[in-house]
Amino acid sequence: MSAPTGSVSPPDGLPSPDPHVAAGLGGEWQRLHPLSPLVRTGRGVIAILVVLFIPAAGGGQKGSLGGDLLHIGVLAVVFALGLISWLVTRWRMEGGVLRVESGLIRRTSGRFPLSQIQAIDTVRPGLARFFGLAELRIRLASGSGKAGRLAYLTNTEAEVLRARLLALSHGMAEETPPPPEQALLTVAPGRLFASILLTGTGLLLELAIVALLVLAILAPGAAAAALSIGLVGLVSLVVGLFRRFNGDYRLTVADAADGVRLRSGLVETSAETIPRGRIQAIRMIEPLAWRPFGWCRLEVDVASQKSKGRQDRNQAKSARALLPVGSHAQAASLVARVFPGLPEERLPPPARARWKSPLRFHLLSWAANDRYAVTTSGRARRVTDWVPLAKVQSIRLVEGPIQRRLALSSIHLDTAGRRVHAVLRDRDRTEGALLLQELPKRCRVARQLRPAQPELHAPAKPATQ
Amino acid sequence: MEPDTDLDERPLDWNAPSPRLRVLRRYEVAGTTLAALILAAGIAIALGAATAAVVAIVCVILAGSIADVVAGRRVRAWGYAERDEDLLVRRGVMFRRMSVIPYGRMQYVEVTAGPFERAFGLATVQMHTAAAASDARIPGLPAVEAARLRDQLTSLGESLAMGL
Repeated sequence: MSAPTGSVSPPDGLPSPDPHVAAGLGGEWQRLHPLSPLVRTGRGVIAILVVLFIPAAGGGQKGSLGGDLLHIGVLAVVFALGLISWLVTRWRMEGGVLRVESGLIRRTSGRFPLSQIQAIDTVRPGLARFFGLAELRIRLASGSGKAGRLAYLTNTEAEVLRARLLALSHGMAEETPPPPEQALLTVAPGRLFASILLTGTGLLLELAIVALLVLAILAPGAAAAALSIGLVGLVSLVVGLFRRFNGDYRLTVADAADGVRLRSGLVETSAETIPRGRIQAIRMIEPLAWRPFGWCRLEVDVASQKSKGRQDRNQAKSARALLPVGSHAQAASLVARVFPGLPEERLPPPARARWKSPLRFHLLSWAANDRYAVTTSGRARRVTDWVPLAKVQSIRLVEGPIQRRLALSSIHLDTAGRRVHAVLRDRDRTEGALLLQELPKRCRVARQLRPAQPELHAPAKPATQ
Repeated sequence: MEPDTDLDERPLDWNAPSPRLRVLRRYEVAGTTLAALILAAGIAIALGAATAAVVAIVCVILAGSIADVVAGRRVRAWGYAERDEDLLVRRGVMFRRMSVIPYGRMQYVEVTAGPFERAFGLATVQMHTAAAASDARIPGLPAVEAARLRDQLTSLGESLAMGL
């Protein structure tokens, strides 16, 4: 795993201005690329083709004319629907607002004010890459969390449009290149593969395969029966693991003026920007099986309203990995870059906490300075959470029955993220009471410490070059 | 666990839900107990076992009175205090909780009143922040106090708002 540092300019500068894009920015209605319907319905069409023609190719009842017509009809309908959706979708710039219209019967018109653009992500599914197409996803800074999609444009178009939209959204000249980014590190595929094999699901799969092999040697009949029963489960395990591998393949972390940029993907590639101001917490996870190798995983939690989009839901399902697998040094340098100035020493809980949390005890600790709080916990795996005090929404003190007998209490720091929130477990009761008095004050001070940070409701500041 | 003074060492004045909440909870327990009583007696009579019926009735009444005591302690555990910049809410007997919610973090305030609460002139005030885990519910407030608290929280939230 090399960690290339040094300034990397965006890929081969800016291609020559594309007349198509230029027209769109000039205010005329533009269509998406004509191959878009094919790429969009691509996976479905392939599935239909397989279902329809495998039996036909395999002989069977040789082509009854009606059946063939039906197959062709289904395909035609699918293509026609795709074509109509392409025909009625158009976009244009209109006085600082990007408008995207789509839908034939239920017409939707999205308006994306450029001044509110927070990030523009590029996504290229496998089929789109084959045709040299890319999808632009425009995320707004407003709380609604809705994203504009332009699917699909050609690669150069997408690149040019992205650069221009970013430049315009920052109030700069159209031709300004996108802000430079500094590549921090790339995850080696071999290490990613090994780390996925060592996750809980991975180990389960390996166990199942070994069990099947042993069974196959001892009793082939029983093995075949077991395979036929468990095949669906096995396939879904493999698919889940592959999806993870596919998503995080050659993940490259880069530091840009507007946030942390993540590029990754084997079949479907994506380039995503996580604005710094949106990061609510960072979690470092060290599973037991990774510990001999000194590996860890970093996840970021961003503020998110419940959005209903299919794409958004897919993203929401798994925490975004800032670093799918990496050494401690890499993780530490990344965390320090996103949250500079973290507290160093950690305070262990009182010794009697061992009775309440015998498995967790040796991992429990916490610390805070004037900007960040950090807590560690976990039973088999070690989990470290960093939370900026400025992002804390509310503070809760909880005392369970066992804790009360031991004069212990836990303090929760709630943030707007979905998955991560820091818990100061099993602190001394007097310390807990003191913290409950002091932490709200510290959070208030921390919020005033950083007015320069672009907040969710403020438009992104012009990038300093 | 409860701080009795605020940050500047001034004594905190804890507000409690209305005493009518205690009565409401007692009625709720009594209603459930009565239903259980009828069920137990009915089954025992249908089976024709007199001693079993007596034992069942005694058990149900005992359970009901224990539930009433627990409900009373839970009502007494609720409390809230308005400080300059945040709201404190405490609750719970077995699991004691205390939440600190800064007014500026509040996104909206919700006042709800179910049919039974309405019959007693009570309402529940809940403060929502961007964090789903925030727990700032105060049940059993007199309707007037609920409205006052809602307006107070809203105006404080507006003047101290700080987004996410």
